Amino acid sequence: MSAAETAGDALAVVLLLLGSFLCLTAGLGLVRFPDVLTRMHAGTKPQVLGVLLIMVGAAIRLQGWSATWMLLLVAVFQMLTAPVSAHMISRVAYRRRHVRRDRLLVDELHTGGEVRDSVYRGDEPADAPPEQPAEALLESRREDREDGRTVQPPS
Amino acid sequence: MTLVYGLAYGLLGIGALLALVRLGAGPSLLDRVVATDTLLVIIAAGLAVHAGLQRDPTVVPVLVVVSLLAFVGSVSVARYIGGMLVRSADDGQDVGLPEAAEEKAARATEADR
Repeated sequence: MSAAETAGDALAVVLLLLGSFLCLTAGLGLVRFPDVLTRMHAGTKPQVLGVLLIMVGAAIRLQGWSATWMLLLVAVFQMLTAPVSAHMISRVAYRRRHVRRDRLLVDELHTGGEVRDSVYRGDEPADAPPEQPAEALLESRREDREDGRTVQPPS
Repeated sequence: MTLVYGLAYGLLGIGALLALVRLGAGPSLLDRVVATDTLLVIIAAGLAVHAGLQRDPTVVPVLVVVSLLAFVGSVSVARYIGGMLVRSADDGQDVGLPEAAEEKAARATEADR
């Protein structure tokens, strides 16, 4: 075995061990941290950096272009999808109040007790009720009056 | 080399076990979603470590499938929970949402102190 191959193997082994260590820290953080957002912070460490390290290590060891391209595909895919899923989970976590609000220093999403008309926000199906029910009702009544239709008075 | 095997699989296994603990204990559905996501990533990392250490490229396509599965699973569960959302003015008490389990537990432990 040549010196270059030995050095490559050593580098690959170090990268694989670093990635495995990040997986361990993710598990520790998941158990230790207090709420969903901090657990996400810990749990997504191996999703990007750990997967990248392990993919590079495996690509060095595998020495074939087909395997290398597929590992690159996995790494790119992780980097594309991790922000999307993290965004969706954290948004739902905030709205379902699984966030320790007393531990937040800045809470820019807090409405401060102001009542708004919106019933649904975000992930509605296409046939969901309108976002402003009162305004939509007034609008439809006004259109009915303009069309000359008889409107039943609300009983 | 045996040392490297033991070390890598030991780290991955302890991480997966701790993620399983959170998957079982997690007070909310979202904790379980996060734990499942992490568990699938750790499984993918374990497959890649196996492929790298054994020079065995046959498991590499499985990696693509596992990473796709993790994304689709977490996003679909997040959307499913998001469909149940009700807009609340303050902290959800006014529309009858129960107090979040974490906040209740934290308040109890802080009252004990």
